[in-house]
Amino acid sequence: MFLKNALRAATALSLVTVGSAYAETITIATVNNGDMIRMQGYTDDFTAKTGHDVEWVTLEENVLRQRVTTDISTKGGQFDIMTIGMYETPIWGANGWLVPLNDLSAEYDVDDILPAMRGGLSHDGTLYAAPFYGESSMIMYRTDLMEKAGLEMPAAPTWEFIREAAAAMDDPESDINGVCLRGKAGWGEGGAFITVTANSFGARWFDENWQAQFDQPEWKEALTFFVNLMNDYGPQGYATNGFNENLSLFQQGKCGMWIDATVAASFVTNPDDSTVADKVGFALAPDTGLGKRSNWLWAWALAIPAGTQKEAAAKQFIEWATSKEYIELVAANEGWANVPPGARTSLYENPDYLAVPFAQMTLDSINAADPTNPTVKPVPYVGIQFVAIPEFAGIATEVSQEFSAVYAGQQTVDEALAKAQALTTDAMEAAGY
Amino acid sequence: MARAVTTRQKTINSLAAWAVGLLIFFPILWIFVMSFKAEGDAIKTPLEVLAAPWTLENYGVVQERSNYSRHFANSVILAFGSTLLGLLVAVPAAWAMAFVPSKRTKDILLWMLSTKMLPAVGVLYPIYLLFIRLGLLDSRAGLVVVLMLINLPIIVWMLYTYFREIPGEILEAARMDGATLHEEILYVLTPMAIPGMASTLLLNVILAWNEAFWTLNLTAAKAAPLTAFIASYSSPEGLFYAKLSAASTMAIAPILIMGWFSQKQLVRGLTFGAVK
Repeated sequence: MFLKNALRAATALSLVTVGSAYAETITIATVNNGDMIRMQGYTDDFTAKTGHDVEWVTLEENVLRQRVTTDISTKGGQFDIMTIGMYETPIWGANGWLVPLNDLSAEYDVDDILPAMRGGLSHDGTLYAAPFYGESSMIMYRTDLMEKAGLEMPAAPTWEFIREAAAAMDDPESDINGVCLRGKAGWGEGGAFITVTANSFGARWFDENWQAQFDQPEWKEALTFFVNLMNDYGPQGYATNGFNENLSLFQQGKCGMWIDATVAASFVTNPDDSTVADKVGFALAPDTGLGKRSNWLWAWALAIPAGTQKEAAAKQFIEWATSKEYIELVAANEGWANVPPGARTSLYENPDYLAVPFAQMTLDSINAADPTNPTVKPVPYVGIQFVAIPEFAGIATEVSQEFSAVYAGQQTVDEALAKAQALTTDAMEAAGY
Repeated sequence: MARAVTTRQKTINSLAAWAVGLLIFFPILWIFVMSFKAEGDAIKTPLEVLAAPWTLENYGVVQERSNYSRHFANSVILAFGSTLLGLLVAVPAAWAMAFVPSKRTKDILLWMLSTKMLPAVGVLYPIYLLFIRLGLLDSRAGLVVVLMLINLPIIVWMLYTYFREIPGEILEAARMDGATLHEEILYVLTPMAIPGMASTLLLNVILAWNEAFWTLNLTAAKAAPLTAFIASYSSPEGLFYAKLSAASTMAIAPILIMGWFSQKQLVRGLTFGAVK
């Protein structure tokens, strides 16, 4: 009897021990975007399902980049999951800094991830980060102003039409700008926008031999068009406007058109925050007829740094946060307009979601973006609004500063392009290209 | 002889001082106002913002989302811990430089100050690697040491300036009365230098409280102070200005109140030795 009880006690004790060893606390570094904050609110659901606790470290985007780059490159081990984007994922995957996500469960249905997202978050065919939400860029425009101007927005307009529509909608007396676009310095802000604009004009960052291309006529044409368009019909001080500044202008009814991230659609159509919520239409980002549209592709994705001691729990979290069930959980509590967009094919087959006004245009925009073939002429790099090499962030930040100086009227297009050419050439030579 | 100042001139001076003061204080005042407005109202024009209804909603959301008390406790420990540790190191150093100077004292003082001119990011990787090796990442102990080292040149400089104002003869007299070095510093020098030490403490607490580079880069979840708390409300995609303002108000309020009540001491400390 004593032996039996002792065995029972030992079994119970070992089960408790195994259970408590299995329950981990994982630390996740993330950004303060609306969908991420919403996910933090549902952490209890994950804990209830798995027993694991979560510590969130939320940081501003640039701080997060610096923070997680320092940690992963030094193997600091501060985070079990990092929120990273399409720029970092293939580079870090190639460096062996991330755990490959090639053994996710069958229920997770990895094939359901949108092909463009999966491609952008992989290196040599191996997935290194799971998309939490994805985005492209598209045109958001005021349907009432467009109607008043006697114009009709095509589903896939050209840059010439955008200029024409901006001229027609621009009304300085009523404080309405024809078009609002990013001019703020920074590779992920104005730098991203001018790069995709240049792509549609046939420009590229580098030729097949990694030679900088800012001395080519396509760049001059693209930058001149952008500067003239914004000087004529853009808001005052657009050189310092980024996503948030333009969002604020559009929500207050001060922009006829705004070309930016597809995730903005849920903000501008939200009647709680936007004064023009019921007057917004959507269209594909413009082109010049050369075969490439000026839209980007981006995903905020969850990745596991190599060397974490909690890899199994981290994978469980990623499977939970980027699953179909999570999308349904958010839809059930907060409506389909608030689910994380742009990650899964099944979301765009769901009739409930397709009833959301911007759903189809978001999918079409994502599908129109091809990070492996981003420009009219061939290039040696992957990435649409960025070049997936480690040197790019530094170079592009400096280049975008030169361009912002043009927007602010401090130098000419020719001067900025000459400086961009020189600094890019120097940096690439120093990096051994 | 004091210069005669007319009432008119006094009024002009006062108005100019108030105007400059309000200009400097305006951003803080505006953060405070925005923190009591709904997100949709916070992005409107200034007059519309003022006319919009007031709400405590943002403070509720921030309280619910973040562990404010943990960030606050970390800030207090880091700011006061690093300053007190700094004073422990700096008092003997400043004593030696002020009362037993050598030929190289001025050079050493300048060299100490020159370390403040080094861009912090230049030594991020070496310090990060040291922290990994010593197991100090995301620990308050590690950050206390780093913040102490960052502010040490300023503490030494300030104390040196105060100590130089104290006549060396008093210390000599104490020595002739048989005081040991320890007694001389503790019972003679320190009581006379307390106003200066208090100013040094206050200024360095404020500097350590506001330090954002190292506190963001060397912490994760456990040791993160209020700087990380504010950073968590900055968003690249989404207008959360009202919540960011509420978080900022909660982060700066304690140090602002402390600064307000000790401003006399602070101003005295900062202008000490400026007028002879």
